[in-house]
Amino acid sequence: MTDIAPSGSRPQRSPLDRLSHWFQTNWRKIVIAVPFFWLLLFFLAPFFIVAKISLAELRISSPPFTEMIEWTGDGVMTIRLVFDNFIFIMEDSLYVNTYLNSLKISVTSTLICLLFGYPIAYGIVRSGPVAKPVLLFLVILPFWTSFLLRVYAWMGLLSDQGTINNLLIYIGLIDEPIRMLYTEFAVYIGIVYTYLPFMILPLYANMERLDMSLNEAAADLGSKPMNTFFRVTLPLTIPGIVAGSLLVFIPATGEYVIPDLLGGGNVQMIGRVLFNEFSLNTDWPVACAVAVVLLFLLVLPIILFQYFQGKAAEAP
Amino acid sequence: MTEEPWLDQANNTPLVQIRGVSKKFGDVTAVDNVDLDIYQGELFCLLGGSGCGKTTLLRMLAGFEFPNSGSISIGGQDMSTVPAYERPTNMMFQSYALFPHMSVERNIAFGLQQDRMPKGEIADRVHEILKLVELQDFKKRKPQQLSGGQRQRVALARALVKEPRLLLLDEPLAALDKKLRKQTQFELANIQEQVGVTFIVVTHDQEEAMTLSTRMAVMDAGRFQQIGTPTEIYEFPQSRFVADFIGSANILQGRVTEDSADHVRVDTELGEIYIDHGQQVSTGSQIWVGLRPEKITVSKSAPETPGPNQCKGVVDDIGYLGEVSIYKIRLDSGTIIDATAPNRIRPMSRTHAITWEDEVYLSWEPSSPMLLNT
Amino acid sequence: MQGTRSRFLTVMITLGMAFFYIPMILLVIYSFNYSRIVPVWGGWSTRWYEVLFFESPEVWAAVRLSLQIAFVNATCAVIIGTLAALAMVRFGRFRGRTLFGGMLVAPLVMPEVITGISLLVLFITLQQLVGWPAERGFTTITIAHITFSLAYVAITVQARLTGMGQDLEEAASDLGAKPFKVLTAITIPRLTPALVSGWLLAFTLSLDDLVIASFVTGPGANTLPILIFSRIRLGLRPDINALATIIILVVAVCVAIAALIMYRQHKRDLRDEQLAERGGG
Repeated sequence: MTDIAPSGSRPQRSPLDRLSHWFQTNWRKIVIAVPFFWLLLFFLAPFFIVAKISLAELRISSPPFTEMIEWTGDGVMTIRLVFDNFIFIMEDSLYVNTYLNSLKISVTSTLICLLFGYPIAYGIVRSGPVAKPVLLFLVILPFWTSFLLRVYAWMGLLSDQGTINNLLIYIGLIDEPIRMLYTEFAVYIGIVYTYLPFMILPLYANMERLDMSLNEAAADLGSKPMNTFFRVTLPLTIPGIVAGSLLVFIPATGEYVIPDLLGGGNVQMIGRVLFNEFSLNTDWPVACAVAVVLLFLLVLPIILFQYFQGKAAEAP
Repeated sequence: MTEEPWLDQANNTPLVQIRGVSKKFGDVTAVDNVDLDIYQGELFCLLGGSGCGKTTLLRMLAGFEFPNSGSISIGGQDMSTVPAYERPTNMMFQSYALFPHMSVERNIAFGLQQDRMPKGEIADRVHEILKLVELQDFKKRKPQQLSGGQRQRVALARALVKEPRLLLLDEPLAALDKKLRKQTQFELANIQEQVGVTFIVVTHDQEEAMTLSTRMAVMDAGRFQQIGTPTEIYEFPQSRFVADFIGSANILQGRVTEDSADHVRVDTELGEIYIDHGQQVSTGSQIWVGLRPEKITVSKSAPETPGPNQCKGVVDDIGYLGEVSIYKIRLDSGTIIDATAPNRIRPMSRTHAITWEDEVYLSWEPSSPMLLNT
Repeated sequence: MQGTRSRFLTVMITLGMAFFYIPMILLVIYSFNYSRIVPVWGGWSTRWYEVLFFESPEVWAAVRLSLQIAFVNATCAVIIGTLAALAMVRFGRFRGRTLFGGMLVAPLVMPEVITGISLLVLFITLQQLVGWPAERGFTTITIAHITFSLAYVAITVQARLTGMGQDLEEAASDLGAKPFKVLTAITIPRLTPALVSGWLLAFTLSLDDLVIASFVTGPGANTLPILIFSRIRLGLRPDINALATIIILVVAVCVAIAALIMYRQHKRDLRDEQLAERGGG
């Protein structure tokens, strides 16, 4: 509309102009395409490669696995699918037990987080207008400090000469230090310590939206506090419980750092086995197969989480 | 051009022509095959309850939604492929939608900048419009530093400054408190007269529609129930829905006993109703008659001559509203008829006062009853 | 109903906060311990800070590498994550939207070992197919970090976009702004708070990541977490306590600045409210 200059005065548009014009007309496509292809290439495609390698055989070469598709002399293509890795994992009691142990630890930790996280979240919601933002801030703050160092802090507390043992000996409760570091107990402490905020925050977000006058209405209708909690509050916070539990359960199952630092070699979790298979044994096909099985175990919780996340994102 | 072109539709071309427009959201039909002409200089109100399709229709005029079928043209130009940013319309949003990161001045200048208007001219136009809405002293403020009434005026100024052919207002007064709303109604009508721009106002408030509009359309379930001037709609509603939606009405079923060019007689529970003007009905047909409560006279003394347009009842209840009282009169049949009467005398004085269980007589002028076809 | 928590809830909160913060406080205290054996108190000293500052160049090299990666990661993740959020919230339906939404949420919960192993095999495969990336280190770690950070950014921006509603954008369009102009003049400025918090989140996530970086790094490229991990695996080390204290201090300063900015904003909002009330109708 403003372009009223005769075409002679501007014989050719500069490349920059053309670029900007192209951008103006195609920007919507670009907005979708950039993140879409990024995720396709760096998030989705790798899974297929992992799946492919898990079906290959170990070979002493670089890369240390066989090709799935091979061209033999006469232009004949052979596809090699080796399920040996999966059979190996399933038959080796080490792997099976490690998977089961991982699940046991992550389920137990999730329950402990819920047991402590729920009253803490509820207490924050019920706090006064000054205390509430401060407490919330204190729950979020650990996110911003290093996860690794927070786990390290517990090494100092739990070791044989650590603060807890020193304190217990000092007050005369024990004579000999109790072994806590490099036990399953330490792993539980580490997981709960690391993931408790992930439980509290979704619960808080859920409870904060609850109408507190519902409790008053229940009390007005003659319901005692305990009854009100179990029949009104608890059912309404199920979405928060599910979201928080999944946020703890899924990453805890594949946890590597905590079992390594606090469990030492004594606690077998699948994340640690996977990491060691890869870096120490460099058995890539087996490591990939371990990863595939782990993903298979977690696929249902992940889909469940996406479903809840999608619902939360779409709600106004 | 005539002063009020909508009153002489045969000789004027409408500014906005809506033809057979429908809009569906999934399975829900929001607007259902509507036709409407709006003329230059009108202040046209779309009145209806929530979910009646009035806002959807407005958004289709603005270009935020496109019809599934039918066509909209503005100033003779078909709008079916014209995006919002190229339409000769501007909208005042219910939320005002003022840009919180821009001052009042920059909010108003935003639209002019999109047209690549020279800076000096923009400044002049902004200054002028700020004077019109009396906000010169607030031009440097951010929207969140303004009161509700001031924000409303900024929103109006921002939409008007582009001198659109058509200004669309979505519930322009809904966010104001009641007192300010009444005052602003008149201001809005004044400004519209000054600038001469055609306004289309969406509202759910019938009083607002009656005060503001040159013509209005009553909408329900995606369709127009009636289009007309406020007087036409109030005095001559065509359906039970409109009679009941605008003001209040006693609605009675009846049978036409006589139908002539200059009068109609209908037999109802209230006895015979005589209407002193002709209407399109046929003798013997079932019909409805509406009677506005304020048009019924309540009296303790019996009428002098027996005849049509009168009946007897007992006071069932009285609602005292201050300026008027509502009387609920129970007929012999058990039907309750509402009648209102202004409280010219303080009811405490009781001399003539009508009270509970009094036997009273109702009467009305032959021009008052409204014949309703559906 | 404010400030009505029972004694039980108060006790739980107190215990929870003690659980969160006592380990960190002890970590800081022991950094000033003279003794080489961390939990055995040997008197106050700043000895380990001196070791850290003057005798540990490898620590500072790792800090520099981590900060560089975190900065590039946060900037790229904000750009790509914002585009993703815009596509999800503002563009209605498009082909592949379900897949897109799924890929956007999955990195939030994907166990790190799986993300790490799959990115590593991707990089190796790419190297064999197209010769890129020639070596693993800065580039591969940054790409890996962007991939999971962008999901966090997208979630943050998506929430803000949904909360904002579309009124302002429609108003701009109604006033004649073309779609791209609406994006730059209205949407992006309105998103600024979400973009800032998204950037900070991505920055922190990158600084914090050990597992994924360990998988995709190459010889010689040690980020700070990789370095710390390799040391603390063997037991407690007083210089790591000192390093932790410095990190906690830096975080505390940043948090204090953020709190101050938020407090100022809050005061400005209050002042605006007062102005609006006094302004009259």
